[in-house]
Amino acid sequence: MYKCVQRAILLALAIPLSRAELPVLAFGQPLNPAQLKALDITVFPDGRNLPDGRGSVRAGRSLYAGRCAMCHGASGVEGPSARLAGSDGFFGWSDPLRPLRILQYPRLMLSVGGQWPYASTIFDYVRRAMPHYAPKSLSDEEVYALTAYILHLNRLVEEDTELDRHSLPRVVLPGRAREVSAWPEKPAD
Amino acid sequence: MTDLKQVAGGGLLDRRAFLRSGIGLSLAGFADTSAAQALPVVAPAYDIPAWMRMPGGADLAYGLPAAQEQALQRQQHAGPPEDSGFAVWRTPLASQPGVITPSGLHFAVHHNGIPDIDPQQHRLMIHGLVERPLSFDLEQLARYPLVSQIRFIECSGNTAANAASPWARDESCQQLFGEISGSEWAGVPLKLLLREAGIKPAAKWVIAEGADGGSHSRSVPLEKLLDDAIVALYQNGERLRPSQGYPMRLLLPGWEGNVNVKWLHRLEVCDAPAYTKDESGLYSEVLANGEIERFSFFMDVKSVITHPSGQQILPEALGYYEIAGLAWSGYGRITRVEVSADGGLSWADAHLHGPVLDKALTRFSIPWQWDGRSSVLLSRATDEFGRVQPTRAHWKRRYADHSFNHYNAQQAWRVARNGRVENVYV
Ligand code: HEC
Repeated sequence: MYKCVQRAILLALAIPLSRAELPVLAFGQPLNPAQLKALDITVFPDGRNLPDGRGSVRAGRSLYAGRCAMCHGASGVEGPSARLAGSDGFFGWSDPLRPLRILQYPRLMLSVGGQWPYASTIFDYVRRAMPHYAPKSLSDEEVYALTAYILHLNRLVEEDTELDRHSLPRVVLPGRAREVSAWPEKPAD
Repeated sequence: MTDLKQVAGGGLLDRRAFLRSGIGLSLAGFADTSAAQALPVVAPAYDIPAWMRMPGGADLAYGLPAAQEQALQRQQHAGPPEDSGFAVWRTPLASQPGVITPSGLHFAVHHNGIPDIDPQQHRLMIHGLVERPLSFDLEQLARYPLVSQIRFIECSGNTAANAASPWARDESCQQLFGEISGSEWAGVPLKLLLREAGIKPAAKWVIAEGADGGSHSRSVPLEKLLDDAIVALYQNGERLRPSQGYPMRLLLPGWEGNVNVKWLHRLEVCDAPAYTKDESGLYSEVLANGEIERFSFFMDVKSVITHPSGQQILPEALGYYEIAGLAWSGYGRITRVEVSADGGLSWADAHLHGPVLDKALTRFSIPWQWDGRSSVLLSRATDEFGRVQPTRAHWKRRYADHSFNHYNAQQAWRVARNGRVENVYV
């Protein structure tokens, strides 16, 4: 009798236990949006997360000369650091000296203006990482202006352009038409 | 004496017959001209050495390599002037006999230096398309069940020189292949944290961001994070080194190094990729038809003979040597490595040293009797999905001339008659 009761109790306990999920581990602390505000900096291709403010090609030109040209070259193609304008490749009509530049700085094979698909990325990256020696030191207005100037170096916007959260995502980069995605991966052919 | 059966041209031998034969491997090993390893040859001493006539020295609280071995170091990529690019530190792969790289020798690519993070203040934040945005400090993370995995990490640009250089550069294994390393990583499965936050139905991608000066960021498919991804807190039995993302990094097994975000602090769950700087330019591939391929995450099946390898010198012609190397695949396990000692005319299966692990370095070897003539050595790995390393010519057909990422072609080393080993294209 005692055994039977014991078994019944065990069974009653066992059924809910076996069906139960693993214990829920929940050590994360709630995060309110205000806490994130300063850190939530990703700008998406459709312009999501672009801040208020505006900046012109003209303002960008002088900012660029003072804070960027020493590493990226006077017209964005000379290096030593990454090439911001023109096509990618070993050769290019726009820049006959390109093979010599690449011998010295191989990264000049790549080009922001020639390859990147979205203008939003220029804003996003310059704001988070440039100038290299002082990342996150530029104001949003300055980043708009520098983005406008880099687009102008690539002849993608006119000299009198001003960019803001509405106009920036509308600039179409040549890299967009070259885009293919390896994800999700297709079966090997 | 057992017959030393040749299993392929150029002097590749049957391993079992070779071991039975009792012929030892050339004890001289390989002289490595690229590292300061060569010790002066001392006549064997038969007297009791001095160190056996005195008590030994004290130990250290945190041990170091032998003083004589401290020349073995990572090699920094020299890019003149110093600030023209980003730092690349390459693993001395040819001196690594196993599948684990010492943490201090693990390769590193830093796009904006190493941040000096206060672990007390560091948080991992999960937000975006989730029911409950959450934040975790180190102590909270350490309360989850830890998992440990032996995995390789390879930079998408490993061996880039052989992809893009029109001529084969005379470089060492470290220079050409040093952007891969293997470690035991331990940490928290990301699916636990993401489920706790509650993923909304529209979620497809996650933007992973580091807490470094440049806020390095990459878009990663949610699918991978719910599969085998971890937030790594430990490497080879100790906390991550600063160079590897202290106090925490994202580990996406088998995927290109750049998405294994170091100093991880923010995961933004979203519906589409952000096209961050690295996925827009540096870590994309230009195809032969001019198209630009993005989000090619998997590191494909690859192998390299580390002994003999670039710039080493074989001490004697007509000697027996062990050809040995490492193979790996970002898709899964290695199932086969073939070696050729006659430039690809004939191949023999190398021995795989177990355990053969998923998305980890795997060691292979085969005995070889060098006939003293100029010989070209190649290795060709296959993984459990039947993926086979292509020839260089085959690889080049898919990509534009200047595309250099995800290079996984068969590596050829030529052993010249004087014993010097050199990188060649075949
Ligand atoms: C001290 C040198 C230096 C200065 C000054 C500098 N940069 Fe850079 N920049 C770099 C380096 C180095 C990289 C490559 C970083 C990397 O790939 O990790 C880079 C990358 C970039 C890129 C991405 C290029 C690519 O192909 O991925 C852009 C855009 C850029 N810089 C814009 C700017 C702007 C705008 C300024 C001025 C506000 C600036 N940079 C100032 C060194 C510099």
